[in-house]
Amino acid sequence: MASRSYGKGLRALSITTVLAMTAALALTFFYAPLEAEQGFLQKIFYVHVPLAIVALCGFVLGGLFAIQHLRTRDPRWDMRSYVAIHMALIFGLATLITGAIWAKGSWGHWWVWNEPTLVSFLIVFLLYATYQPLRFAIEDPERQARYASVFAVTAGAFVPLNFIAVRMSTAFVHPRVLGSTSNLPGPMRLTFLISLAAIALLYATLCKYELTAKHTRAQVRALRRRLAGETAGTRGRSAAPSALPEGAQRPGSGQPETLAPSFGAGSAPGTVG
Amino acid sequence: MSATVGKDAAAPPAQRMAKRVGLGRTVGAVMRKELLVELRTLESVPAMSLFAVTTFVIFHFALNRGSVEGDLASGILWVTLLFAAILGVNRLFVADAEEGGFDGFLLAPVDRSAMLIAKGLTLLVYLLALEIVAVPAFSLLLLGPSVGPALGGLVATLLLADVGIAVIGTMVAAMAVRTRARDLLGPLLSLPLFVPIVIGAARCTAPLLAYAHRTGPSGRWLATLGVYDLVFGLIAYALFDFLLED
Repeated sequence: MASRSYGKGLRALSITTVLAMTAALALTFFYAPLEAEQGFLQKIFYVHVPLAIVALCGFVLGGLFAIQHLRTRDPRWDMRSYVAIHMALIFGLATLITGAIWAKGSWGHWWVWNEPTLVSFLIVFLLYATYQPLRFAIEDPERQARYASVFAVTAGAFVPLNFIAVRMSTAFVHPRVLGSTSNLPGPMRLTFLISLAAIALLYATLCKYELTAKHTRAQVRALRRRLAGETAGTRGRSAAPSALPEGAQRPGSGQPETLAPSFGAGSAPGTVG
Repeated sequence: MSATVGKDAAAPPAQRMAKRVGLGRTVGAVMRKELLVELRTLESVPAMSLFAVTTFVIFHFALNRGSVEGDLASGILWVTLLFAAILGVNRLFVADAEEGGFDGFLLAPVDRSAMLIAKGLTLLVYLLALEIVAVPAFSLLLLGPSVGPALGGLVATLLLADVGIAVIGTMVAAMAVRTRARDLLGPLLSLPLFVPIVIGAARCTAPLLAYAHRTGPSGRWLATLGVYDLVFGLIAYALFDFLLED
């Protein structure tokens, strides 16, 4: 009954993601031509740049969900905002690591300060790294959600501003050619777009998995509480929002079912059609 | 005639009061209270100024230099001012959270944005007072070139940067003050948000504090600071109410 609708569409989404990732990696290694100057190293571009784009879109998406939360006061929007930012942080960490590897390979240093995009990304990452400590430091769940949303909106607006400021402060050193798709040769461009779609699908799938897991855990907790009385349901403090406000959970009534399915591939950022 | 009177009387009393107490008056009252408390307790501004002067001494020994100029001078000035500002940001709402200031304000039938504006202006006054002490101390202790000819550009940059610091600082302070680790979260949240201000301000003051090629602050960077102030002012205005809701 209720359990059937938990991961609705999750299997299809997962399979699509695996196929897209396989296709993207195959194209990267066997189809895309070697770049004249950087050779094999340049292939990290097909991972690094999509990761960065998806992470930034995820941060902004978290801000948009947070606006929706502040407008409607619906805790589900807070949950979506939390998951979007949480996943974007993980993708952001991957971006920084792949960026450092690329910098080491092409310039000989793990970190270069005259690369505006990488530096902006670090600043944005440092700001969002305080999102979880902020949530964790507020005990009242309603206030936690509200403050986290205010943070998410502010930080979401900060992302583009920060990129402009850092870009202005540095001379271009980065091979800009690789930053835009318009002047890439055909096979490279195709590989890049498919990689971008694959990474965006990966983001959407992971977000959906996390939402479903949180949702399931909330229901299990509610069921256990109903079985064993009030004492069983006490939960430790957490940075993550609870799926629904305590007390609003009515297991078996099917009421919280709307949470998971609405975060499908359709709302994924940067999905290239 | 009597019908309209009856309508007026039927409006909730809080609404009628809200119409009477204007935003300007509320801001004035809250700000007067803030400054009066600061004058009586001397909690923030003296600490900020002392911190700044001590930091200059520390920079002298850490860098092992008698005088600095250009980029380095600009960097030292902004790092010091920023960290001193964070001291003030951390204290900004502590009294309100601990002694019921928030409750009193929320009970009053006034526009909640008044709190943001009043606190922001108070922080701005603190920052200006800090700079009146810190900038002469800096020019006395560390700065090589004289500050006289650059004063106009320096004041313009300081003002624009102060507005940004005040806006972001007020918002972050209101967010951090009701968390368990407020002294930790305040700086953690605000420093990344201050980065664009530091970029703009340091670029503006670097040529002002150099021996050679002394030029005014670049208009491009002043405009960037102004735009940043404006955008964050609007964001803070839109979101501040949500921080005061309980």
